[in-house]
Amino acid sequence: MKKSTIIIFALVVLVFIASWILKGSTNEGDSPYLQGFLVTLAAFLTLAIMSFLYKDNPYYKFAEHLFVGVSAAYWMCLGFWSTIVGNLIPRLSRGMSDFFQVPYIEGDYNFFFVIPIIFGVLLLMRLSPKGGWLSRWPLAFIVGTTAGLNFVRYLRSDFIKQIYSTIIPLVVEWKGFGAFFSDFTLSATGQLALMGTNIVIFIGVICGLIYFYFSKEHTGLFGRASRVGIWILMITFGASFGYTVMGRISLLVGRITFLFKDWLEIIN
Amino acid sequence: MKRQLPFVLVFIFGAFMVFQYFVPHESSEWVYEFLLDWITIIGIFALALGIYSLYHVSVEKIKFKRENWPYSYVTLIGLFLMVVFGFTGRVGDAWGMYPVFVLTLVAFLMLLIQTTIATNKTLWLGLCAVSLVVAVAIGLFDDTWTINFMTQEGLRNSMFVNFFDYILIPILSTMFSLLAFFIASAAYRAFRARNLLATLLLIAALIVMLRFNPYMPFGLPALMADTSNWLMNVPNLAAQRAIVIGIGLGIVATALKVILGIERGYMGKG
Repeated sequence: MKKSTIIIFALVVLVFIASWILKGSTNEGDSPYLQGFLVTLAAFLTLAIMSFLYKDNPYYKFAEHLFVGVSAAYWMCLGFWSTIVGNLIPRLSRGMSDFFQVPYIEGDYNFFFVIPIIFGVLLLMRLSPKGGWLSRWPLAFIVGTTAGLNFVRYLRSDFIKQIYSTIIPLVVEWKGFGAFFSDFTLSATGQLALMGTNIVIFIGVICGLIYFYFSKEHTGLFGRASRVGIWILMITFGASFGYTVMGRISLLVGRITFLFKDWLEIIN
Repeated sequence: MKRQLPFVLVFIFGAFMVFQYFVPHESSEWVYEFLLDWITIIGIFALALGIYSLYHVSVEKIKFKRENWPYSYVTLIGLFLMVVFGFTGRVGDAWGMYPVFVLTLVAFLMLLIQTTIATNKTLWLGLCAVSLVVAVAIGLFDDTWTINFMTQEGLRNSMFVNFFDYILIPILSTMFSLLAFFIASAAYRAFRARNLLATLLLIAALIVMLRFNPYMPFGLPALMADTSNWLMNVPNLAAQRAIVIGIGLGIVATALKVILGIERGYMGKG
């Protein structure tokens, strides 16, 4: 290991220990030093992740690996307490419900909940070299059920409902000249503006779909429609890009605010 | 038997889920609810399988000293600490011997791993036994800790919540915020108005980004807000709808292939 790396590491450790002690001594409340440690740790992790902007380094790797371990355990604990204890045990045993302090749910068909436990145990058989094939049964149950569920759900929400919402009146109901030629704002409350909006949506969807249709060559009228489709798609990608950038910027502002307000206490 | 039965199960459960949608009877609804609960419960076992896989990969990495192996210790310590905090907690406000209990328990688990890896097993086994004895002694005779049960308010252990607030959230939000820099550098390369398509992309992105900028004079914020809203609600909606219809058709076709046994890749080999 290089001497400069060791010096930088020692400096980082010293700075964050000093920060912990300082924050602990100035904090008020139940556990000031614990609170100081946690804020310092969060600041260290924030800076460790940000250090990736320079290049991949040991501090970034430390934070990354810590995140993997802690988040895996977090979801496991949450899954155990909310699903196994919250959903399964109250239906299986009164004694275990009392032990885990959850109300027992009376039911005539609660014994059916033994089946997912059997399936769950079979799933764990994947770890066994000889019985690994048994894990295909629960997998088949999950895949089959999810496929059936998705078939109906997506056919309804992503196909039929989308087409239903696209088939909108392109010519609005006539309510007189006043209503037709009023309010030309982009919020499209006037009838002419509303008609324009509906036409843009309808043409946009049709042209967008044509762009994604590759079984026919994009020439002639079909090609021109496909060209309009790519324009609409480019506007969408631009708008989505802008929206994503602003979301990330607001997260960055949040992290910088944390560093300067909660950790360094420079701003109020 | 080994390969055919799973495909029969896929067909039965898949076909049932499709048909039950068209049967407006309460018993059909009841079975549907049951099956959804079953999926959630089996999913937790799959999560346990994933955790074991993470543990196994980390231990193997340490054992064979693969690239970046020292960081696997960090992963394992984080994993064990969070699991201990997820299942135990201190009683009241007093800390007592609880921190020592947690540390010795995690040390025991880490030393146990070290025992399986190291060549000099006696030393590590001895240390492992010492940490276990200390952890058991505190566990039996100290009453400042308890098994932590989940209540309506969530897990009561403050350290479990603290680890979420001060480790998971900062890392996650900083990682996502880093994308702002990478997106900015990508934008520099992509946003050159070289042709009509690139210009459309540039203008749409600029309008949406400027919409959030409060420092614009002459009533421009209102105009930007209107234009941005129109972009999001009209052309964006149209293109998103075309994409969603395509995705929906793809999902439906794949689901049908899975139910009918045409798509079998998920079952693996063997």
